[in-house]
Amino acid sequence: MNRWLLWLPLVLFGLFFAAVATGLIMPKDNIIESKMVGKPMPTFALPAAIEQRPGLSSNDLVKGKPTLLNIFASWCVPCIAEAPQLLELQKAGVEINAIASRDTPEDIANFLNRWGNPYTRIGTDTTSKVQLELGSSGVPETFVIDGNGIIVHQHIGDIRQEDIDKLLELLEDAG
Amino acid sequence: MIAETGLIALWLAAALALLQFALGAIGLRAERNDYYAAIRPVAVAQGLFVSLSFLLLIWLFLRSDMSVRLVVMNSASVKPLLYKFAGTWGNHEGSMLLWVTVMGLAGAFIALFERSLNKRTLVATLAAQAFISLGFYAFLLVSSNPFERMFPVPADGQGLNPLLQDPGLAFHPPTLYFGYVGLSVAFSFAVGAMITRDVGAAFAKAMRPWVLGAWIFLTLGITAGSYWAYYELGWGGWWFWDPVENASLMPWLAATALLHSVTVLATRDSLRAWTLMLAVVAFSMSMIGTFLVRSGILTSVHAFAVDPERGSFILALLAIYIGGAMALFALRVGTVKEGKRFELVSREGALVANNLLLSVILALVFIGTLYPLLVEAVTGDKLSVGPPYFNLATGPLALLLVAVMAAGPLLRWRRDNPKALLNRISIPILITAAALFALALFTTGMSILALLGLALAAGVAVASFAPLWKRNLRRTPLHTYGMVIAHFGIAVALVGMACESSFTEERLVAAQPGDEIAVNDWKLKFEAIEPMAGPNWTALEGRITAQYGDGAIHEITPQNRMFAAAQTQTSEAALLTRWNGQLYVVLGDGDSEGRWQIRVWWKPFVTLIWYGGILVALGGFLAMVGRLRRGYKQRKQREFVEATL
Repeated sequence: MNRWLLWLPLVLFGLFFAAVATGLIMPKDNIIESKMVGKPMPTFALPAAIEQRPGLSSNDLVKGKPTLLNIFASWCVPCIAEAPQLLELQKAGVEINAIASRDTPEDIANFLNRWGNPYTRIGTDTTSKVQLELGSSGVPETFVIDGNGIIVHQHIGDIRQEDIDKLLELLEDAG
Repeated sequence: MIAETGLIALWLAAALALLQFALGAIGLRAERNDYYAAIRPVAVAQGLFVSLSFLLLIWLFLRSDMSVRLVVMNSASVKPLLYKFAGTWGNHEGSMLLWVTVMGLAGAFIALFERSLNKRTLVATLAAQAFISLGFYAFLLVSSNPFERMFPVPADGQGLNPLLQDPGLAFHPPTLYFGYVGLSVAFSFAVGAMITRDVGAAFAKAMRPWVLGAWIFLTLGITAGSYWAYYELGWGGWWFWDPVENASLMPWLAATALLHSVTVLATRDSLRAWTLMLAVVAFSMSMIGTFLVRSGILTSVHAFAVDPERGSFILALLAIYIGGAMALFALRVGTVKEGKRFELVSREGALVANNLLLSVILALVFIGTLYPLLVEAVTGDKLSVGPPYFNLATGPLALLLVAVMAAGPLLRWRRDNPKALLNRISIPILITAAALFALALFTTGMSILALLGLALAAGVAVASFAPLWKRNLRRTPLHTYGMVIAHFGIAVALVGMACESSFTEERLVAAQPGDEIAVNDWKLKFEAIEPMAGPNWTALEGRITAQYGDGAIHEITPQNRMFAAAQTQTSEAALLTRWNGQLYVVLGDGDSEGRWQIRVWWKPFVTLIWYGGILVALGGFLAMVGRLRRGYKQRKQREFVEATL
């Protein structure tokens, strides 16, 4: 056997090591972007999450005026962080509808009493079925929807102070 | 106090491992007999302390001590006792502790019972074993302390991943781990032998039971894992070529090759370098498998504990152990004599073919598993390699391997006559040809691979019993029976795989209670849907009756479970097992009009896949008992001769 051939396993292992080490060092891109952006919203009809607000169906989002669709849950901590920004958007005249993901009526009511209720309609999505159809994989997420029910933009994660102007601009353009 | 005692025991075990390594390293260099004598009790003490540590962790889980972080994260007080117990290793820290415990026990076992190996090689082996353990101890004590406390003490724990709440899976990880650890012992033997340049039949005989034991556990682990994925994930398949599955398959392939080459080394003192390389590769595959599963570097349908920092730690260990062993191999193997020579047509020749085929299959699986990672590292693109690649790449080679397997045991050692061989395997070849002809004539829609597989399985089933032909069955050694049964098990599993892939029938319907579904000769009636409650879950249960032809009516109840603690949904498939196959029913989601998605499969002879796997493991077990008994008898005889001289 050739002497240099004996080093081959070590060389191969070195290659494996290099590939895996770069894989570990490189930041993982785990954000899943919806493939629904630019497409019409799927048809759905969700029952009301709490007594004070009506439920949400896809027909409610094709009324000629651009709207925001916010997906949230009472058990989600970043949802608390974005609550003030949602109230601010509502004060600016934006219609915000919501889907409550995997939640109970009592928990949703408590959450909204405590952190404010910027929503016009809230549908409850107990099995995340509609959420998944929208191509959303986590909470909170917010979709900008034009008056014809076309999804214009997906905002992943909580809405921060610096996101407000951009969202208002997108809503303006969609109108 | 239990947690603190456990941690202290772990520290002591780690210190003993360090001492064990030092005694071996210094003792070998200085050729000190007193160091050699001291290493055995140290190895035994290390095994005892690490076992104590693991037992204490089990105890913490059983009493649901919610001041320990690991218990909080992986258990809950309302959980059934079995899963509290299994929760001990159903997580990262616990499974690492289990690993190092089994390694410690294996070291103690070698120290107590290994008698046939040359003393220096034994000492080098124990030192290598301690060196590997040290990495795991460091890992546990520095970055994954299983005994860490938690303040404030929460009211209750978060429970175990619901998918893992299954009796089969409670014992699946330890089974695989016993396999991995067995390979680590084989690796230590190989490193020990390379250090002392003592690679021969005695070394192979000492290593063989560990390889065999590891291989039995891996076989059982893969078989159980495949059956678990089949009935628990509810997608009706038995092997998906998922990275986690491949992580257990790759060590098995390497161990299978090693098992055969170590036999050549033990009986014929041949294939020395190759056996050493395979021992290194087999353990490398267990470590790489663990790394792939634990680091989160590959995405998998079974996403378990993932953490890049821990991934880096295991990767560093990998670099030291595997890189070190391979460098040692390159430096030392040139000075190890290759051993006895043999002709191409011989038992050795067939075993070399077996080894080469297994190695190529292993390489193909390895490439397929890591290719997505490589592409992402180079181009940044994400892609996945799926069953089409793996089936196409490995299928034909696997069939070739099975053919070699049928012929191999009928060959003589050293050299054989090709004509005589053809004579010996003429009956299996005729059976295969006849089966091929009949299948091609009477079946439709079989893929070439399945067709060949089924025909070959028929021939192999017969050929596997050929080694018993014309022999005195009472004087045939037990390990020969073991080989016969293991090879027959492969044929059985092959029949199951070919039938499942060719003759499965499927129906997907949206049904309301009262509707009927027909598949194959089965008539199913969807009777009702009812809520159910279990110890820590709620479920919707479908009541379905099934009737085969005009036979008896059976009730089956597929479920859709919700686990409150983890907000997770699982699907409990209902299986009805008959001698000729399985009816597999999954309850899906309901719609607003009261219809339910129901998926029904009739899978003829699918159970043979797992019965085959069990037979293979049973064959291994018989071979192990036979070998150990023979070794014991020979030692007694030798001792008797020495005493009388």
